[in-house]
Amino acid sequence: MNRRTGWFVSLLPGAAALVIGLLVLGLGLALSGYDAVAALAAMWRGAFGSADAILSSLLPRAIPLILIGLGVGLSFRAGALNIGAEGQFYAGAIMATWVGLGAAAWPRALAVPAVLAAGLTAGMLWVAVPVVLRLRFGVLEVISTLLLNFVAEALVSWMVVGPLQETKHVYPQSDLLPLAARLPQLAGTRLHLGGILALGLALTLWVFGRKTLAGFQLRATGVNPLAAKVIGGVNTRRVFAAALLASGACAGLAGATEVSGTTYALFQNLSPGYGFTAIAVALLARLDPLATILTGLLFAALEAGASAMQREAGIPAVSVFIVEAVIIIIVLLSDVSRRKAIARGAGAES
Amino acid sequence: MTPPLLQLSGITKRFGPLEALRDVTFTLREGEIHALLGENGAGKSTLMNIAVGLLPPDAGTIAVNGAVQAVRNPLAARRLGIGMVHQHFTSIPALTVMENIALATGWPLRRQELHGRVRAAAAEIGWEVDPEALVQELSAGLKQRLEIVKALATNARILLLDEPSSVLSPIDAELLLSIIRGLTTRGVSSVLITHKLAEATSVADRVTVLRRGQVVHAGAISQTDVQALAIHMLGEPPPAPIPRTRTGGDVSITAANLAVERLGAGGSGVRDASFTARGGEVLGIAAVEGNGERELLRAIAGLARASAGRMTVAGPVSFIPEDRTTEALIGEFTLTENFVLSQGTAGPWVRNGWLDWPQAARRCADVIRAFAVQAPGPRAIARSLSGGNQQRMVIAGALERKPAVLVAENITRGLDFKATSEVHARLREAAAAGVCVVLHLADLDELVEVADRILVMVNGVLTELSPEATRIEIGRRMLGMVG
Repeated sequence: MNRRTGWFVSLLPGAAALVIGLLVLGLGLALSGYDAVAALAAMWRGAFGSADAILSSLLPRAIPLILIGLGVGLSFRAGALNIGAEGQFYAGAIMATWVGLGAAAWPRALAVPAVLAAGLTAGMLWVAVPVVLRLRFGVLEVISTLLLNFVAEALVSWMVVGPLQETKHVYPQSDLLPLAARLPQLAGTRLHLGGILALGLALTLWVFGRKTLAGFQLRATGVNPLAAKVIGGVNTRRVFAAALLASGACAGLAGATEVSGTTYALFQNLSPGYGFTAIAVALLARLDPLATILTGLLFAALEAGASAMQREAGIPAVSVFIVEAVIIIIVLLSDVSRRKAIARGAGAES
Repeated sequence: MTPPLLQLSGITKRFGPLEALRDVTFTLREGEIHALLGENGAGKSTLMNIAVGLLPPDAGTIAVNGAVQAVRNPLAARRLGIGMVHQHFTSIPALTVMENIALATGWPLRRQELHGRVRAAAAEIGWEVDPEALVQELSAGLKQRLEIVKALATNARILLLDEPSSVLSPIDAELLLSIIRGLTTRGVSSVLITHKLAEATSVADRVTVLRRGQVVHAGAISQTDVQALAIHMLGEPPPAPIPRTRTGGDVSITAANLAVERLGAGGSGVRDASFTARGGEVLGIAAVEGNGERELLRAIAGLARASAGRMTVAGPVSFIPEDRTTEALIGEFTLTENFVLSQGTAGPWVRNGWLDWPQAARRCADVIRAFAVQAPGPRAIARSLSGGNQQRMVIAGALERKPAVLVAENITRGLDFKATSEVHARLREAAAAGVCVVLHLADLDELVEVADRILVMVNGVLTELSPEATRIEIGRRMLGMVG
C-alpha cells in the first residue's frame, strides 16, 4: 500500500463534504433572502481573515475540540462509547476552578500544573462511575455517560450560585481565577498553553497507537474483544476501563484549559457543546489522533466563522450546524460504501 | 426408457474471474440416492443452488422429468417438487416447530388444522413431533429433521441435502442416513452433498464427483470404492496416515475432580474431570456439543476458572478456538497484526512495551512461507484468505509460542479434505516434538483418527475409555449409554 496516497484519499470525502455543506448553507441563506456571498465572506473573515482571527478566535476554539476529540477517539478505538465528554469537561472545569481560586498565593509553576491536574482527575473520576457500572453491572456506557452530562450541567448551575459563586453573590458565575492559576498566553493573543498540550497529546497518542503493544492491543480490543482476549490474552476489561478513564481525563483537561486559559471563570453554558461536537471531530478524523487536529481546526473554523457571520451579517450562528451535519452525513455515507467495497473482497487496505 | 427425474446439462457458472462450474452434467434418477462428492470449493453447493433456483446458471439447462424448466427462484423449484436442506439450520429458534413449517410452506396459521398437517408431514420421516415445541429447545438432530420436513412438506420429490451430517453426532448422522434411505420407498429421491467418502459409499446408489468445477467421475457406487473415490476427489492419492510416535513425555496436565461453571447459556459445564496428559500425546476429548467439552478446553487454556477441584497445566499454553472468524483471527487486521496479537508479550519484537513492526512483519513472512500459507504477503487482510489458509496462520501463531500444551477446539470445521489432513499432520508433528495436544472435534471419526487416547465427556463428567474401544462404543458412551 502507498500510505501517503491512502492518507490523501481518505481526506477527499471530508473535503468534498465541506464544500457541499457550505454550498447547502449558502443556498439555504439565499433562499431565505440573505446575502449568501456576504455571509460566507464574513464566515471566512471570522475564521481566517486576519492573524487575530486565527490566533484569538479559531485556535482557542480548536483547543478543547482537539483535546476532547483525542480522548473520544481513544475510547471509541477501544470499543468504549464515551459520549459523556461534555459532562467530563464540566467536571474538569469545576475542579480546576476550585483549585485555581485557592491558588492565588502559589507560584505559577505550581498553580498551573495543579489546576490542570485537578481538571484531568475530575474528568477521570466523572467517567469512573460509568466504568464501574459497566464492569460490575453491565450498564451500557453509552447511556450512563450521556446521562451524567445532565448531572454535570446541573452541578455547574448549582456551583455558580452556591459554593463557587463570586464574592458579591450577584452574578451566577465564579470569581476570576488569580493570575497565578492562568495559563501562559502567546503575547497579545488569546492563544494559550493548551494549544501545545493538544499538539503534544495528539502526537503522543499517535505514537502510542502505532508503536506500542498496549496501543495495538487497545485497537484489537475495539475491533474484536473476543479474539483479543482468547488469542491475544488481552485483559479486555482493563483495556476498556483504561480507555474510558483516559478519555474522561482528556475532557477534564479540556475543561481545565478552558477556565484557566480562555474564560478565567466558571459559569453556566461554559461549553457551547464542545463535548458533543468533539464526537463529530473524532469520527470525522476516523479516530486518528493526527487527523483529529485537522478536523478539530475545521469545526473550530466553522464555529469561529459562524459567530462572525452572526455579528456582521445578522445570521444566527446555529445555521452553521447545517454545514456540520452535512459533513458528518456525507463522511458516514462514504464510510459505508468504503466498507462495502472491502466486504466485496477488494481488500482495499492491503 | 423414462427420462431422468432431474437432469442438469452443460451447467457453467462464473463468479468474476473464477469459474465455479464448467459444463457440468448431473443426473438424478427416480428412487435413488445420489452422492455428490467433492472438496470444499469443488462446486457442489453452487450446482445445487442452481438446481434450486438460488443462483442463475451462466449456461446450461435444468430438466425435470425430461421437460426443460426455468428455475428462477426457490419458489419455482418448490413447484417442480425440488426441496433443499441447507448446510446450516434455517429455522427461527424463537418460534415453534409448527410456526417454522408454516413459514416455509405458506400454510395458513390455523392452529388445529396446522397441528394435523405438521404431524402428518413429520410422520413421513418417522418423527413423532410436538408441533408446539420451540425450535431452540430441539437437539441438533431434531433441528435437522425439521429442516427435512420443511423441505418435504410441499410434496417435494427431489430432496437436495447440503452436507447434512456435518453438524450431527455420529448416532444422529446414522439416523439421518436411514431416514433418507427410507424416503426413497416413499418416492423421494435425494442428492446427498458430502465430502465424507464413507457416508457416500454406505448409503448412496450412484455417485458424481466434482473437482474444480468439473465432473471427474460419475457412476454406480457398486462399481467403485473409497480409495478410488478419494483419488477422483483429490486428483491424487490421499496422503498416507501419519505414523504414531508416541513417547512417554513429562506430565503436562493433571486435573483432579475439576469442575468449571458453564460458559454461555447452554450446556452442562464441567462437573467432574480427573485426568493426566503427557507431552508427546494427542488427547482426544469426545463429546456431543454442550457436555462440558468447551469449558474443559477453556479451563486448560486458562480462559475459564475452576469452581472446584484443581488442575495444574505446564506452560506456555496455546489455544486454538473453534471459530476462526470471530475468535482465532481478527478478520479486519493484517496477517502481521494477527500474528503479533497471537504472540502477546512473548514476541521478540516487543521490547519494554514498544513494538518493532518491521521485525514482526519479517518473522510473519517467514512463517507464511514455512506453513505454505497462500497469501499475497504479511500485509494481506486476514479475511481475504481462504478458510484453510486462515487456519494455517492460526496454527502457525499457536506453535510459534513453543507451547508445552496445545489446546484445539473443532480445529478442522469447515475445512476441506486436504486442509483437514494437513491440520492433522501438524498436530501429530507437534506431539512428536513433545507438545501435549488436547483436542476436541465434533466429528468422532476424525477424532479417533488423530488422537492417541480418547476421553469421553457426558453431562460434564469425564471418563477414559480403554484403548480398544471401538467407534461405536465411544459413540454410545457419548450419548450416555453405558457399555
